[in-house]
Amino acid sequence: MKRAKRINLFFFLVASVLAVVYALPFVMVLLNSVKDKRAVRNDPLGLPTEWQWSNFTEAIRKMDYWQALGNSLLVTIIAVVAIVATSSMLAYYLARSRTKFSAVTFLVLVASMVVPFQALMIPFVGLFGERGLNLPSNQFSLAFFYVGFGVALSTFLYHGFISNIPYSLDEAAAIDGASPFRTFRTIILPMLGPVTATVSIINSLWIWNDFLLPSVVLIDTDQKTLPLKTFVFYGKYTSDYGLAMAGLLLSMIPIVVFYFLMQRRIIAGISAGAVK
Amino acid sequence: MEFNVSMRSRRQEVQRFAVFALIPLAIFALVLVVPFVRGVYFTFTDWDGFDVTKVVGFDNYAAVFQDQPFWSSLTLTLAYVGASLVLVNVVAFGLALLVTIPLRGVGALRTTFFIPNLIGGVILGLIWQFLFGQALPVLAESSGIPIFQDNWLLDTNTAFWAMVIVTVWQMSGYMMIIYVTALMSIEPELLEASLIDGTNALQTLVYMKLPLMAQAFTISLFLTMRNAFMGYDLNLALTGGNPYRTTELISMHVFKEAFGFGNFASGQTQAVIMFVVISIAAITQVIVSKRFEIER
Repeated sequence: MKRAKRINLFFFLVASVLAVVYALPFVMVLLNSVKDKRAVRNDPLGLPTEWQWSNFTEAIRKMDYWQALGNSLLVTIIAVVAIVATSSMLAYYLARSRTKFSAVTFLVLVASMVVPFQALMIPFVGLFGERGLNLPSNQFSLAFFYVGFGVALSTFLYHGFISNIPYSLDEAAAIDGASPFRTFRTIILPMLGPVTATVSIINSLWIWNDFLLPSVVLIDTDQKTLPLKTFVFYGKYTSDYGLAMAGLLLSMIPIVVFYFLMQRRIIAGISAGAVK
Repeated sequence: MEFNVSMRSRRQEVQRFAVFALIPLAIFALVLVVPFVRGVYFTFTDWDGFDVTKVVGFDNYAAVFQDQPFWSSLTLTLAYVGASLVLVNVVAFGLALLVTIPLRGVGALRTTFFIPNLIGGVILGLIWQFLFGQALPVLAESSGIPIFQDNWLLDTNTAFWAMVIVTVWQMSGYMMIIYVTALMSIEPELLEASLIDGTNALQTLVYMKLPLMAQAFTISLFLTMRNAFMGYDLNLALTGGNPYRTTELISMHVFKEAFGFGNFASGQTQAVIMFVVISIAAITQVIVSKRFEIER
């Protein structure tokens, strides 16, 4: 037993060293976010000697932080709520219908998951841009697109869960005279809590960090999301890394806070969402 | 009274469709199916982003097949996918073994390994641009270990490995979670049984744990491959395709071809080829790894 304990301790030390390596980039960001540009260039590894807090106020201004944060929150919340609503209903329909149509639809949804956005983004501009359907360049259009891209995986996850809910519940509700929608809303939906958590978390993380779709569809600077705005620190500010690090730190804070609030659910969501 | 699905009338079926499925499917069709089908059609035309004047058959494909930069980007992407696939999963599995040892504090370790995954590729790319360009060379100088002395992003070869390193750092935590879940779901009785039979730790790992968690490998390999093939933001923020467009992954190549140079038809053709490559790779991978899975 003693030997086993020593071995465990050895592996624990190995893991700790690796953890330091994994955390090091973030430590560098923290350290340098309060240095002026000379201090960053001369001594990027050391502790800051003079704390230049103005990096943060400057970064907030440069990237329109509050506006970008608001935009990101808005699009993520709208999109996730809409994905939960649409895909839970679609999954309920598909799980409870034995027609050939529903079987084919389910297959198409599953197959669509390998289509990369890159194969759609070029037609996207023609289809939804000024010379096509002319959707406005704002958070609502963006959320609408996310529903289109998110519905397949989310429906798949809901489908697996709903298939395990006994059909006798639906029957009982129907005999009591409940309409299909009422059955869904009062009987099925309340049982979907765990899978709704999984669907919300997986979609939130992806939508929050997505860069390519908003960079193709959001033209108006006032509408840009946090990842797009963070990109202002590329190139232009490489002479002032202190400022850039402050900006990057600000961009990271919301999602890290979200993680620590929802840690258990996020880990559970990833484990559950990985069942294919 | 038998009251089952097959007894629903046609009207009820249509009504249910209208209530539950119409809107989700309409959005799915408009956002995903229509652009996809139109996109495939455009590859057979002289589309300029707005109008099609004539159908050109396979001309775009013929042109793309002779396009040297496209092939080097595709080859680079395949190398990147291969390297990421192996390294991300080896590291992730190693981490999973480390953080499942029964000691206090492993929770904090898990969090540390997972955090990079929460953060978007643009931010990670910019952080590592600073590390490779400024911090690591200084560290190399002061510690005397010369490995990161020169900026890795300035040379094609090291810039490629820089992308792989950052990818491993980013993705391994996510795959670690999947492996941890799989490791923890192995019934302890099975492991105890093998312990009584006198197997050592390595034998238990190879003959018991690995086969029992084959499904986790299928999923992780699929996810890693998919993410690596579609990688864009990290590539953009870390190397920007430089030096001299030699580290441009296929995604960025397609983006530049269409939106940078305005070659919409050939950009779309490259995107469709990318889709075909991803599909073939994904299907092959799933078929191959399914063969290792056992029914439980």
